[in-house]
Amino acid sequence: MNAAARDRWAGYAFVGPFLLVYAAVLVVPLAMGLVISLHRADLFGRRAWIGLGNYTQALGDPVLHQALGNTILLALLIVPPLTVIALLLALALNRPGRFAAILRGVFFSSLVLSVTIVTLIWRFILTPDAGLIAEGLEAAGHAPIPFLSDPDLVIPAIAVTTLWWSLGFPVMLILAGLQQVPGDIYEAAALDGASRWTVLRRITLPAIRRTLLLVVMLQTAAQLQLFGQAQLLTGGGPGGASRTIVLYIFEVSFGRWELGYATAIAELLFGMIIALTLLQYWLVTRHEGQRT
Amino acid sequence: MRVPLSGLALIDVSKSFGDVPVLERVSLRIAPREFIAFLGPSGSGKSTLLRIIAGLETADSGEVWLDGERIDTRPPGARGIAMVFQHYALYPHMTVRENMAFGLRNAGVAKDEIARRIAQAADILEIGAQLDKKPGQMSGGQRQRVAIGRAIVKQPRLFLLDEPLSNLDAALRGRTRVELAQLRTRVDAALIMVTHDQAEAMTLADRIVILDDCCIQQVGTPAEVYTRPANAFVARFVGSPPMAMLPGVVAGEEAGRVRVRLAGGAVLATDVPAGGLVAGTEVDVGLRPEHVRLAAPGEEGLAAEVELVERLGDRTFLYARLADGAEIVALEPGFGTLRPGEAAALVIDAAAAHIFTAGGAAHHPEPSA
Repeated sequence: MNAAARDRWAGYAFVGPFLLVYAAVLVVPLAMGLVISLHRADLFGRRAWIGLGNYTQALGDPVLHQALGNTILLALLIVPPLTVIALLLALALNRPGRFAAILRGVFFSSLVLSVTIVTLIWRFILTPDAGLIAEGLEAAGHAPIPFLSDPDLVIPAIAVTTLWWSLGFPVMLILAGLQQVPGDIYEAAALDGASRWTVLRRITLPAIRRTLLLVVMLQTAAQLQLFGQAQLLTGGGPGGASRTIVLYIFEVSFGRWELGYATAIAELLFGMIIALTLLQYWLVTRHEGQRT
Repeated sequence: MRVPLSGLALIDVSKSFGDVPVLERVSLRIAPREFIAFLGPSGSGKSTLLRIIAGLETADSGEVWLDGERIDTRPPGARGIAMVFQHYALYPHMTVRENMAFGLRNAGVAKDEIARRIAQAADILEIGAQLDKKPGQMSGGQRQRVAIGRAIVKQPRLFLLDEPLSNLDAALRGRTRVELAQLRTRVDAALIMVTHDQAEAMTLADRIVILDDCCIQQVGTPAEVYTRPANAFVARFVGSPPMAMLPGVVAGEEAGRVRVRLAGGAVLATDVPAGGLVAGTEVDVGLRPEHVRLAAPGEEGLAAEVELVERLGDRTFLYARLADGAEIVALEPGFGTLRPGEAAALVIDAAAAHIFTAGGAAHHPEPSA
């Protein structure tokens, strides 16, 4: 065996274990899901072929349409503010010193809490009877606001909870991006008489735009799959006002036992996330054209 | 101290990083259009001094004046200074044109004036074809030119160059050295270049500022620092291979000139005036390689053992050890035949010897007329 062939086999050997796991837990289930979605199926393994029946049902399902609207609204309320707040925090924390290091740890710490803990904390804050905000409002002579039972307020309440919970990771990603920017171009900018605003706009943001793209792509994909907060805070209510797509998939499969239909919705969601991610990537990178 | 109305003046500049002093009361005058090299070993404070002039570091005390205006209180962009960074520090996401325009736009220069200056600089530096490329698409030498171009278009009163040649390969380095020499004729500004490479400093600079141990050791023309080094440090630092230092004792004087007895017993009749050097003083005798040669056949010489041979083609340096243990370097024209481990007889040109006393003070030969 010559050296090139040996290198090639060594390469396969290194990526092999990953490819096996990737295929076993991702590719195979995806393919199986596609098959199941073409059947009327329940959790006991009974299946009857109905072709695209589940998909046509999805097109006319008003509950799914409501869940889709809720999910998109949540993603819109979460991803842009999350990116901006994470950017501002990262810019503020991107400095040497013990204080900044401690704050970096604090902002990252919310990420290690499970969704159960996070929703518990926010229940204490949001609940109209003796919640933190309610107490504050009452002290100011104002009636408590029923954040979790007003159809117009549940989505913002879930969005705020999610923002608080999800901030740590984007901050870390953006900090890592900021620290990749060589320091001497900031010195060159200082000698070029650039104001702080100009430095941010013309030096820093272009330098970390790929990191920002990554944050937006990851967060969009994550928030379109929002589930735990909605289920635990509101159970999707009131009247479905906070039901998300994944929550609906959960209800359809484990409540109504319609596994085939649930899988079809899941495949549709998967396609939507892939399409959005590719669209974002294309929008940001289409002008780059050449390597930078 | 009176501040000159033109050129750069540093007055008692001191800086320390935490407990570590980097510069101690450094004062210096630089004339307009002068080309100065800051030369010194790593950690000598030369880069810090440059960065203080640029405004990228703040001095703990002292003042910086440029053309009669105090500038150390101003932000870096308002000092009339341009800098070429060691790693170029080009803005990676901007084209060459945008890189050069950036500082001018921030300064509010009119659009057509910016275009005119960029065209002119691109012409001088021959980067006209690259104006719409990004730095990532260019070679190291081209990036260097862009960095210089970005400095030129600002029409600064002072150019700072931080190790401008250190990132280039040998061939490009030689060419860029020539270009830097041309640069000074094209710009109406003083230039300060930081380098640890004495060949760069010697070939480019009008005057060399030698820094070590937080202080300026000597300021002088290349000839001055080479032929009349202010102390033993400068003598060893400037010149390659460095000056050899042979320990000896002042043996007396003859016709007003010092005689030194080396540790091995040989007596050198130097051309150094005797004033201040009394018999019995322990000194080091400084000898450049070109003042030590191999003895001709039959000629008497100091016995030495060759330890290392450095062949440069046209000349050969012999690193040898005298019988008394002192290290010495001899210059042999041509390719040389001696090999390490062989014995050699060396002849010293005593009239060219420098004498350094224990405190580091230098005494130079002064041929009597």
